Amino acid sequence: MSRPMGDSHKRFLQTMMSNGIISSVQAKALHRHCCETHGAHFSPDRLEEFIDVINTNLQPMFMHIRKGTSEEDGAQHYALVNMAETDITRMSSDYADNELELFRKTMDLILDSENGTASSTDLLNCADRLQTKKMKKKETEHVLNKFVQDKWLNEKQGEYTLSTRCIIEMEQYIRTVYQDLIRLCHVCQNIVLQGQICENPECGIKMHYHCVARYFKGRTDPHCPSCSDFWAHEIPEIQPESQNQSSSARDVAAPTPSTSATRRSRRS
Amino acid sequence: MSQNKRVASQNRRSQLVLDEDDEGSLTQPSVSQVQRARENFTPVQVDRKVAEVVQFILIKDQKKIPIRRPDIVKHVIKEYRTLYQDIMKRVDRTFEQVFGLKLVEIDSKNHIYILTNKLEQSREEPISMCPANPKTGLLFVILGVIFMKGGSVKETLVWNTLKKLRVDVGEKHEEFGDGKKIITDEFVRQKYLEYVRIPHTEPLEYEFRWGQRAESEVSKLKMLQFIAELHDQEPQSWTQQYREATSAENNPR
Repeated sequence: MSRPMGDSHKRFLQTMMSNGIISSVQAKALHRHCCETHGAHFSPDRLEEFIDVINTNLQPMFMHIRKGTSEEDGAQHYALVNMAETDITRMSSDYADNELELFRKTMDLILDSENGTASSTDLLNCADRLQTKKMKKKETEHVLNKFVQDKWLNEKQGEYTLSTRCIIEMEQYIRTVYQDLIRLCHVCQNIVLQGQICENPECGIKMHYHCVARYFKGRTDPHCPSCSDFWAHEIPEIQPESQNQSSSARDVAAPTPSTSATRRSRRS
Repeated sequence: MSQNKRVASQNRRSQLVLDEDDEGSLTQPSVSQVQRARENFTPVQVDRKVAEVVQFILIKDQKKIPIRRPDIVKHVIKEYRTLYQDIMKRVDRTFEQVFGLKLVEIDSKNHIYILTNKLEQSREEPISMCPANPKTGLLFVILGVIFMKGGSVKETLVWNTLKKLRVDVGEKHEEFGDGKKIITDEFVRQKYLEYVRIPHTEPLEYEFRWGQRAESEVSKLKMLQFIAELHDQEPQSWTQQYREATSAENNPR
């Protein structure tokens, strides 16, 4: 029999429901807050166990608190995902048909691009050709804004990317619908949209920026972990937020190329 | 995984397809009908129905829309309707034991439900995670005025109080936009407030009362303690309010 949930677990879950996604820093603070509010025993290193209790109880409801990594800075996040409807239908109660179509088109563009982005210009053009109901420029901007606010998309200088929440929640959908387009990161083996690609056309492996940063940390002469060609990109700095992370992420950054064994352990 | 996908497609169908001929009516099934239905459906099937109802209610509740029983039956329960009582009993239990929520019937004639929170609002919620909702502040001022004035107030009093707080409902507010609409429409729809015509008034006059969601979610004692603090007095100095607040606390709904 699963462990029953205390009020501290319920409060944690309620906050997850109203936020959709929180960073691991927030999760730690929230864990503490929930335990203290309800006089439950709090041990900082037991967050995963704490979440496991919630997940066991959520399972019959086809819901799950799932961990994922931000493509922007490599920071860990927790998102409440709905397993019963892994595709866009989860959004269907919040958006109109043509808004959903715009979202699908946005995903198409992003998945089809090399760097995991879609420009606002391309999106505005798309909106003009929607089959359900065309959108004017103003309206399109408003809807895209709503997607950003509701944490489905990120926007930076007119370039749209899939948010961390979107990737965690729709991973299965993305893997099914875009199976020919998706690339897996050579380091962490998760889907990679924003990252760097090996310049060698024979090789062409892709890695997240934060995985590149950790993998090549401290090396003056970076070479592709797959084909050993020179890595002809600027190596990004490790973001401070992603540093205080689980040790498994740091293992991958160790100088030895990742073997399939370490990869498996990382994925578990 | 394939199991999941199958569930997903079934779930989607049940939520999205609205069978027009099905009115979602519900007549009391006989004991033998219930017995037969219990044998007809496997425990796994019933488990899944429970999960679907929970999800359906959670989605409705996100927008604080009251949930109507006919909608639950028509869109989710469907051919399991003879097991309505069984399913809802387990839905109730799930909300309490997993989510810390309670499904409350606020209209027993038309069978309308809302979800209320069983966990008390905590004041020190880490700010970064509390989706800032300025409307809550607006609502609490109004609930406070109503409570301190003995349970119902004319709308003009509410408008004047808000004006003192620089919220003029006659004008567009930079935070709330159309404040009057939020108060008399949104809060009323969400069952936080009741907005009713006072009979035999010319010109028409309206008054506000606490709605059922407020009654079951908001602690009158906490509210009184807060107001007392503002006035630098003891809550007991408001005899009538104190009596009502403490009796509400001892008889939770």
